[in-house]
Amino acid sequence: MSFLVDSSIMITSQILFFGFGWLFFMRQLFKDYESRYFHWKMNLCVILLILVFMVPFYIGYFIVSNIRLLHKQRLLFSCLLWLTFMYFFWKLGDPFPILSPKHGILSIEQLISRVGVIGVTLMALLSGFGAVNCPYTYMSYFLRNVTDTDILALERRLLQTMDMIISKKKRMAMTRRTMFQKGEVHNKPSGFWGMIKSVTTSAPGSENLTLIQQEVDALEELSRQLFLETADLYATKERIEYSKTFKGKYFNFLGYFFSIYCVWKIFMATINIVFDRVGKTDPVTRGIEITVNYLGIQFDVKFWSQHISFILVGIIIVTSIRGLLITLTKFFYAISSSKSSNVIVLLLAQIMGMYFVSSVLLIRMSMPLEYRTIVTEVLGELQFNFYHRWFDVIFLVSALSSILFLYLAHKQAPEKHMAP
Amino acid sequence: MASLDRVKVLVLGDSGVGKSSLVHLLCQNQVLGNPSWTVGCSVDVRVHDYKEGTPEEKTYYIELWDVGGSVGSASSVKSTRAVFYNSVNGIILVHDLTNKKSSQNLYRWSLEALNRDLVPTGVLVTNGDYDREQFADNQIPLLVIGTKLDQIHETKRHEVLTRTAFLAEDFNAEEINLDCTNPRYLAAGSSNAVKLSRFFDKVIEKRYFLRDGNQIPGFPDRKRFGGGSLKSLHYD
Repeated sequence: MSFLVDSSIMITSQILFFGFGWLFFMRQLFKDYESRYFHWKMNLCVILLILVFMVPFYIGYFIVSNIRLLHKQRLLFSCLLWLTFMYFFWKLGDPFPILSPKHGILSIEQLISRVGVIGVTLMALLSGFGAVNCPYTYMSYFLRNVTDTDILALERRLLQTMDMIISKKKRMAMTRRTMFQKGEVHNKPSGFWGMIKSVTTSAPGSENLTLIQQEVDALEELSRQLFLETADLYATKERIEYSKTFKGKYFNFLGYFFSIYCVWKIFMATINIVFDRVGKTDPVTRGIEITVNYLGIQFDVKFWSQHISFILVGIIIVTSIRGLLITLTKFFYAISSSKSSNVIVLLLAQIMGMYFVSSVLLIRMSMPLEYRTIVTEVLGELQFNFYHRWFDVIFLVSALSSILFLYLAHKQAPEKHMAP
Repeated sequence: MASLDRVKVLVLGDSGVGKSSLVHLLCQNQVLGNPSWTVGCSVDVRVHDYKEGTPEEKTYYIELWDVGGSVGSASSVKSTRAVFYNSVNGIILVHDLTNKKSSQNLYRWSLEALNRDLVPTGVLVTNGDYDREQFADNQIPLLVIGTKLDQIHETKRHEVLTRTAFLAEDFNAEEINLDCTNPRYLAAGSSNAVKLSRFFDKVIEKRYFLRDGNQIPGFPDRKRFGGGSLKSLHYD
């Protein structure tokens, strides 16, 4: 019941919010071009301020608060950390040909160019990895064959290892207890003199203990490995079952399309770099032109290209940000802890901000010619071609290295525990 | 030495609540110096004197199985964890006093260990909808331990302790609140040590003794808790 109430509240509030926003923006605020331009600029300034000044300072503050020693002078050390960050951030711009000399030192172009470099690198890395990982995950061609007997055999090995660990620990516990009852207290050698003393005089009981402890450490490492392998086998078995359902078959089909698209993208990136080519028209206009020329269908090119590219740009932005959030969430979920959760949330915010700014940079290529000037106006005179070239290079590097990585991971896994 | 009888106790709870520190403190009477992530399961052994101080005193091994992970893990990880839940004689549920979510997740942990997984999605059942009858016929003794007591400020202590008292009542279990980095909470003779000892005695009793004091002959390991053999024992 409460679920229904919650969802109805959410839906109503969202409808109100968007309806009001549309009314407000369309009727009141953006009546003329000037106010739109002003607000675009203002938003960009605010985002940059947050990205470069506030968030890094906050991150530094949280990191310093985690270290107990520096608790007293938290603010001082976080300021120092922030200054170091600013220094490296500035130095980042030097090796790249991103600025023309007509800009002053405190202009907004300086900040945007540097933020853009980081963001574009991040985007290219993620796209490269995603372009390779996506078909690998979707297509069932890569799934190894896992049977129930494999899993049971591995589980049995795991439990046997746990039993061995337990019997050794029992001996250790009993030894400790008899030592305690006899009055010898087992002290771990602490400090420098303790270690020297333990070389000459050592109770036989404690020697025994250290030997057994080493064996236990090795066995525990083995048990961890077995646990991870078993979890891996279960995951593969689930994927096999999933691929037999309709949804799985549909995704498998999509996977083939994706792989073709990814191969094409890698090919295009290589061509762009090798032939030093810069695209002039955006893909939508070119596609429409091709259809008009070869198929003879009459289109009003300008009208349709504007609308279709607008929709396409929207879809690209939404899916890329969604993909980024999902990937980052999975990654951060794996490494989060109660101490570092604040830092991780702030890092996420920082990455999202940089991603957004650089996606505005890159989306310029997908827009029709007359709209590109608008973006250029807002963002200032940046070397856009450099960013596209940089994106292509990093994309290629990332895609190739993830292909290599996945190939290695795929090769070394099945040899271990497949039934002959 | 290895011929002493043994019982198996699970230690369950969210990531980072302090299960490994707790197990180290219980088994080696020392504070754990460098806690790190538990991957899979780590076991430690405690030597316990059943009915200490009476003529029927007997020594047992108590195996504490510290299973790592979170309730929201992928189902492949959950299936792998399930292999550790066989033939369990007692469960210690650990939660973090500074983190309310970890206390709420204890319901899902106990259900996962008792093989009655209700809600496969991420929707959390609130306290109001919780059904105590699920634990009414549970034969396995439970103990609820709250950690990081030193991080609760004096003024909030009463409110937190009332909340945990309700939690322990829901599980029909005793509760202990302590700080794993300070061994004085479990010093011999303190009320916490007495509760702990009583819990272990109860576990051993359920495993090895019938109600009238006779010893049950050795059992083969059973796959599910409360399998056929113990059904004949009715506790009114």
